Amino acid sequence: MAAGMEVPEARPDYDTIIIGCGMAGLAAGIRLAMFDQRVLILEKHNAPGGLNSFYFQEGRKFDVGLHAVTNYVEAGVRGTPLAKIFRQLRIPRDAFELSPQVGSRIAFPGVDLRFNNAFALLEEDVAQAFPGEIDGFRELRAAVQAFDPFDLEAPVIPAREVVRRHIGDRLLEDMILCPLMYYGSARENDIDFDQFVILWRALFEEGFGRPLEGVRVIIRALLDRYRELGGKRRMRCGVRRILAEKGVVHGVEVESGEILTAGRVLSTAGRPETEVLCGMKATDPDLRNQVGRLSFAETISVLDRSPAELGAGETIVFFNDSDRFHYEQAAGPVDLRSGVICMPNNYQYDQGAGLEEGLLRVTALASHEKWTAFADERYRAEKERWFPRILESALRFLPEVEPAAVARHTVYTDMFTPRTVEKFTSHLGGAVYGASEKSRNGKTRWENLYLAGTDQGFLGIIGAMLSGISIANGHLLKTKEERDVQVNEQ
Amino acid sequence: MTKEECKQVVLEIIAEIAPDEDLNDIKSDVRLRDQLDLDSMDFLDIVMELRKQHGIEVPEEDYPKLASLDSCAEYLTPKFKAVKA
Repeated sequence: MAAGMEVPEARPDYDTIIIGCGMAGLAAGIRLAMFDQRVLILEKHNAPGGLNSFYFQEGRKFDVGLHAVTNYVEAGVRGTPLAKIFRQLRIPRDAFELSPQVGSRIAFPGVDLRFNNAFALLEEDVAQAFPGEIDGFRELRAAVQAFDPFDLEAPVIPAREVVRRHIGDRLLEDMILCPLMYYGSARENDIDFDQFVILWRALFEEGFGRPLEGVRVIIRALLDRYRELGGKRRMRCGVRRILAEKGVVHGVEVESGEILTAGRVLSTAGRPETEVLCGMKATDPDLRNQVGRLSFAETISVLDRSPAELGAGETIVFFNDSDRFHYEQAAGPVDLRSGVICMPNNYQYDQGAGLEEGLLRVTALASHEKWTAFADERYRAEKERWFPRILESALRFLPEVEPAAVARHTVYTDMFTPRTVEKFTSHLGGAVYGASEKSRNGKTRWENLYLAGTDQGFLGIIGAMLSGISIANGHLLKTKEERDVQVNEQ
Repeated sequence: MTKEECKQVVLEIIAEIAPDEDLNDIKSDVRLRDQLDLDSMDFLDIVMELRKQHGIEVPEEDYPKLASLDSCAEYLTPKFKAVKA
């Protein structure tokens, strides 16, 4: 708007515009549409889902992001995040078609800790492998259970500090932290305690599940619900800038140049990314400091049989080959010391149901800087070079599997790098888990611009939905209510 | 609207937002939270539905008045009457 122009108090085009059609944006959109707000979700890509999306390649469908849906609980278990989501979005539990995992493992040099969707197995393995630490481990569990991670105004405490109050053995400390960090820490070599609590419950107390058809089942359920409530969305409609002025936002300008006005904007694009949309330079040193340092590469091997037939029957294996676990920006293109193996075949699907082909995915820490510096041809060559190395590194932790057999039964491969992550998620630096400093209460420097999703700080697919719900409830619905009350009083 | 009818309206809303709860033996004088698995998110939904379905506003400072069915009836019945009038 031109300076000095008198703008009449016109009704904006929308009550709320949401940037990003991922899990957080959709969940927030559903909440707002449920209570009659005029909502528009803008998504720059063609596929919804954000960090947890899917793609088609040569007739095959692949999930990105999603290894597992965390927070799995059986039907009828109440009060957990999964139950809250179904209730808040009023989506029937069956819509997510979740089947529970078979079982997972944390594999470090000389020690394995198994875990599944009942806590007892992990507790048993800790008692077996670390008999001197089991009391401390139980104390830590009690501390986790007593903590309220949803108090959005609580101060941030580093998790290692809390873990060390209860556990003396650094190996056990690292083993507990490894899966939690891999599934959600935006911080190098540590994790905020509130996120530790959320992820501990999500992985260890509750557990893994997955729909047979992958993440698109969940996206479909959310889209159907949003549409049914009258929510609007535009795909392939990126936001060029947020119209921010004097501490207030008025709407957005989309890539086509069209201006859309709104009473409020909810951005799921990430904290520094949202700053850029509000006019900060992407090269600004203050902004670069906010960009997360952690990114990942992933190899995908499609097999002509299930991994179990080759000796790998577990759902997820988190591995590390070194004395200490290094969760930090990779020094080279890929850090081969640790990683995550994910096998979507290994869930307890309904009788007779299963994936048509075998899938073996390996995720490892990778350097955004290195992968984006490669020119196109070199980039392709480096992918060819790193694929077998990542796979080989992972197969060290599946001792039953003969590497040659994997090669023999592989019918297709694909790989993504931090460069791919940045392209499809728009997260600066390919930072999957976003900025290391979160905006937990979702507030920004602009009074009617809010953040949800990764940089609000609830992570994982269930965390993302809870984030959208919490910010919608805490700010976007309340604000409207308060405004309505004010109007009624006039 | 009578207080009994008002309680019925609240129960219908709870049934809608928490279909997995058993509402058959709810005691009117006991806090809803103590009988059902309801958290602050669910109470927000009760408030939102009262507004959406019945045009009744419950300001945030009055949320505690929705603690039990009896207190709901006490607090909401005059509001229902005011809206109807």
